Amino acid sequence: MNKESYTGVYVFIEQREGQIQMVSLELLGKARQLADTLNQKVVAVLAGFHVSEHALSLIHCGADHIVVADAPELEHYTTEPYAQTLARVIDLYKPSILLIGATTIGRDLGPRLSARCQTGLTADCTRLEIGDDSHLLMTRPAFGGNLMATIVCREHRPQMATVRPGVMRRCDPDEKRTGKIDKITIPFNHSKFGVRLIKTVKESKGKTDITQARILISGGRGVGSAEGFEKLKELAKVLKAEVSASRALVDAGITDHNHQVGQTGKTVRPDLYLACGISGAIQHLAGMEESDFIVAINKDKGAPIFQVADVGIVGDVNRIIPLLTERMKR
Amino acid sequence: MKIIVCIKQVPDTTEIKINPATGTLIREGVPSIMNPDDKGGLEMALELKEKHNAHITVLTMGPPQADSILREAMSMGADRAILLTDKRFAGADTLATSHALAGALRKLDFDLIITGRQAIDGDTAQVGPQIAEHLGLPQVTYLRDLSFDGNKTFTLTRETEEGYQLLEADAPCLVTVLASARKARYMRVRGIVEAYSRDVEIWGFEQIEVNEEFLGLKGSPTQVKKAFAKDMKSPGSVYEAEPEEAVGIIISKLKEKFII
Repeated sequence: MNKESYTGVYVFIEQREGQIQMVSLELLGKARQLADTLNQKVVAVLAGFHVSEHALSLIHCGADHIVVADAPELEHYTTEPYAQTLARVIDLYKPSILLIGATTIGRDLGPRLSARCQTGLTADCTRLEIGDDSHLLMTRPAFGGNLMATIVCREHRPQMATVRPGVMRRCDPDEKRTGKIDKITIPFNHSKFGVRLIKTVKESKGKTDITQARILISGGRGVGSAEGFEKLKELAKVLKAEVSASRALVDAGITDHNHQVGQTGKTVRPDLYLACGISGAIQHLAGMEESDFIVAINKDKGAPIFQVADVGIVGDVNRIIPLLTERMKR
Repeated sequence: MKIIVCIKQVPDTTEIKINPATGTLIREGVPSIMNPDDKGGLEMALELKEKHNAHITVLTMGPPQADSILREAMSMGADRAILLTDKRFAGADTLATSHALAGALRKLDFDLIITGRQAIDGDTAQVGPQIAEHLGLPQVTYLRDLSFDGNKTFTLTRETEEGYQLLEADAPCLVTVLASARKARYMRVRGIVEAYSRDVEIWGFEQIEVNEEFLGLKGSPTQVKKAFAKDMKSPGSVYEAEPEEAVGIIISKLKEKFII
């Protein structure tokens, strides 16, 4: 493989029902930094049906160049039409780096594509940077968040990585930015599609997205009960925050997996993470330690959450939270 | 119907500790288990066995001691077990792993391949879709539910962030399953006894006909450059205070940071 012929930092732009997903804008922000370091271009790959109108906003968010594949086959995500599209883009444009959101779409598409192109893919990266030898250094948690590993893909292109929503920061849109837009036609092989979509169903759990919250009030085992969790919701209402939880409350059925923070849940980095009665198992810390400001309340002085907290309070969360809510209402 | 369930033996990552002096994993005493998502997938296969008289083969790649999860699977009701083990497979990343497993799968008959969504030691969710690509099979990942029409079509419920997708695919296809999809049954006592009296087939490089350059460390496009314990940020201040005082501290800190 002639690696030098591969250039540019590409981002797969994920859309659902025509809405660009936030994670893709976050990746454009990161791609901008990487491309500036490499002195290369940021290219956004937008696939969907009737989605071309979004191209300009992607330029505002950091892209230099947009490749649009607009086709009815791409209206709803299924694996094969998208894999054919991205494989075609890789074939035509030869990207050096391809970033994909680590969503249920990106984590379905990414590995299929990496196998098709016989290249490496690193999942759920929490840090991306350019090494001294111009390779992409992809750092991710391993062993359930117990270790961090930095992965490189030296001899194959593109260097592919997925990143979870909420991990990278989007750029502020700049309407003065300009760029070029290419529309491409994909010669689909329909006989390979294989999977038929019958319907897409939304469940109420999709209403909140904790990865986008500015303030998270998060409950753990120390909250003790559904009543205790209700108290967190009252505080959240006053602070215009969202509630989230550690695995303990999800396993206890007090809240659902959609609200879970941690290695097996979501990665969050709000301005404020208020950890209430969370001891701070390493799997939990893996999902929240990048938060800007962490306040932890826990009865146990030795709880590991205090190792990452900016402010720690040793005390009873069920007494402190209602008081805090009262004071904030005033 | 013939089903192959790909399973993996993993360290129970909830039990892993880090040696603070060296920053390395303490592996001693960490139990090895069948990966939870794979176990959910195996349960799904067992259900199809009961309803549609399916024949179940379990396949794992790993060191010889991975034998124990194959025995566990047989004691739960799997009919045939294959351990794919060879020094030439060692050091494989997900792509090289998928090439080895796909090589073994090419030697077998199947209508359905089931894998777990992801393994708890790597959390990548990559090997299933990569196998599907090598075999040219349709894939459906993040499975919450599956039913079979008794002829050739599977109806599949795929979990998404907002809810689910309902999909159809014809046999043969590959699915990856969530642990929460099915609560796995326990091993039967008689099953355990039987499982240890039966043979686990051992397959190596010679059995799979895959070019060596796609296998093991050599066949891995990605390499670990370094592994390290997370540098914990320096802890902030911890206060032991009565609730009234604690609330005062929190509010003043949040104001200081312009959060409220």
